[in-house]
Amino acid sequence: MAMNTQGRPTAPGTTSSTEIQTYTGNRGLDHEEPLIFEIGDTGRTGVDLPDQPKAQSRLGGLERGAEIGLPGLTEPETMRHYVRLSRKNYAIDSGLYPLGSCTMKHNPRLNEKMARLPGIGDIHPLQPQSTVQGAIQLMERLAHYLMELTGMPAVALSPKAGAHGELCGMLAIKAAHEAKGSKRDVVLVPDSAHGTNPATAAFMGYRVKSIPAMADGTVSAEAVRAAIGPDVAAIMLTNPNTCGLFEREIVEIAKVVHEAGAYFYCDGANFNAIVGKVRPGDLGVDAMHINLHKTFSTPHGGGGPGAGPVVLSAALAPYAPLPFIRKDGDKLALVEDAGAAGDAKPFGRLTAFHGQMGMYVRALTYMLSHGTDGMRQASEDAVLSANYVRANLKDLMSQPFGGPTGDRPCMHEVLFDDAWLKDTGVTTLDFAKAMIDEGYHPMTMYFPLVVHGAMLIEPTESESKQSLDQFIGTLRFLANEARLGNDKTRFKEAPMLAPRRRLDETRAAREPRLRWRPATPKVAAE
Amino acid sequence: MAIEKFSKDHEWIRVEGDIATIGITVHAQDQLGDVVFVEVPEVGRKVAADEAVAVVESVKAASDVYSPVTGEVIETNGGLSATPGLVNEDAEGKAWFFKVRLSNPAELDALMDRAGYDAFVKDS
Repeated sequence: MAMNTQGRPTAPGTTSSTEIQTYTGNRGLDHEEPLIFEIGDTGRTGVDLPDQPKAQSRLGGLERGAEIGLPGLTEPETMRHYVRLSRKNYAIDSGLYPLGSCTMKHNPRLNEKMARLPGIGDIHPLQPQSTVQGAIQLMERLAHYLMELTGMPAVALSPKAGAHGELCGMLAIKAAHEAKGSKRDVVLVPDSAHGTNPATAAFMGYRVKSIPAMADGTVSAEAVRAAIGPDVAAIMLTNPNTCGLFEREIVEIAKVVHEAGAYFYCDGANFNAIVGKVRPGDLGVDAMHINLHKTFSTPHGGGGPGAGPVVLSAALAPYAPLPFIRKDGDKLALVEDAGAAGDAKPFGRLTAFHGQMGMYVRALTYMLSHGTDGMRQASEDAVLSANYVRANLKDLMSQPFGGPTGDRPCMHEVLFDDAWLKDTGVTTLDFAKAMIDEGYHPMTMYFPLVVHGAMLIEPTESESKQSLDQFIGTLRFLANEARLGNDKTRFKEAPMLAPRRRLDETRAAREPRLRWRPATPKVAAE
Repeated sequence: MAIEKFSKDHEWIRVEGDIATIGITVHAQDQLGDVVFVEVPEVGRKVAADEAVAVVESVKAASDVYSPVTGEVIETNGGLSATPGLVNEDAEGKAWFFKVRLSNPAELDALMDRAGYDAFVKDS
């Protein structure tokens, strides 16, 4: 038997709960990281460059005279700076990310492996098309599946995010109206819409007319009929909507919209609830963006660029933007030029190149690795997870549209309001901040706007039952604490354990400091 | 004495002669929270009743401010953009948004008086 001759302690020492102040400001191995400008020194460099002979300037006296003040860091300093910052990041890879209407699902590592294949990762958008036939074929496959899953005859792949996709769909709608010589300047938007919907319509010069929801949180065909007229160009509706509810009158709404000569834009942000279950094309939708970074698991939320392809109905298909894929015998071509578009009448183009290739690869990998049954099950599991959360919290937290017993099923996300916090002195914001101290990213709060103190939770299908149970346990604990009111500090002072305490959002907005300046200027001029 | 009226969109309007001064109510600023940005319309702009003519933004939300009446904007409270916090401090006084020369005073009849507005807020 070997003895512990090194004198190494085998039990933890007694701990004190008082917070100690450290010399460095670091909390153990959680480093208090300064800004890169505060670490660097203009006189330092990480690389040894040979001195250059002074080149003759051709800038006609406009040369910069002073130092520009870029921080010089050694390579290890640079590495440590960014690694330390990355450790402060909260990501789906580090924990459950319950943001509603954001579909923060797991990005399978297989997606990453495929996106890094040399034949995909190393190609360049300016390569001759004959050398990237495989990549174009991949885009064509993805386009095919997107059309198949939505029941729509055309797709524009290039939009780079949801809002960009909205712009694409609405530009196609505008082009279709213009082609008919129809001048319409109003877009209908339900008041539970994604904020980007009215923003897109307003950005394009449309007047936004809001449609109130019914008491059950959905939009009625009646309300749409009351608001529609010959001046209405389109309606923008999210389904399932941001209250986590399926718009049951959507087919009737589409009929009302089409009868008035308008088009139906559907916000596809919540498509994850219905993949393999409902085809938007069958509902009468004319245009819908699909967030590959939500529904099809490509990274987002700081993890990577978005991609928001837009599926289009036959009526809008001719106006799809450049570039689009055309089959030319056994070859595939990306049509880049309006002159070569043939019968099509593209409204223009949205991106310099063809869109986010890396996201196409990841999304297609997700589709192929899941299969039709797997994608359908992912949607079912996403809805099941949200309802599991709902059922386990309904006795403590109030739902605005949960029905008298709180048993009305939701889709992929469950919506609570703050009625249950009334008279506790705790607000939705306090509750969300307290979640940070428990190690969770808060849910979406104060959205949708139609609900007071909204808390919108979308667990997605990525979470195991064990993970959901821990999340539910945490919320139940906090909800009980808030109701009992014994320890308000837990809420009012939260977050207490995060690298930064609660931010003064008012002051940040009223006195924004958008540029760092040194305490004592090191730099003479800019 | 000035006529004081309120809209369902939480604007107050005070009318002297044919000039109406318009702002948002104390209740509205309370609901908005700390106001951080205000945009007022340009002088000379013709506005229709219920048209969105100004913007008020808090940490929580950005909201349109509607003109409850038709007319021409003759003066705006330019200082608000520099001190948006005034809306929280004195919503129904110093933090007025704009003044309109009324072109249809009959529109005032459709608006609420203070008692009516207080009851409206209580119910909503």
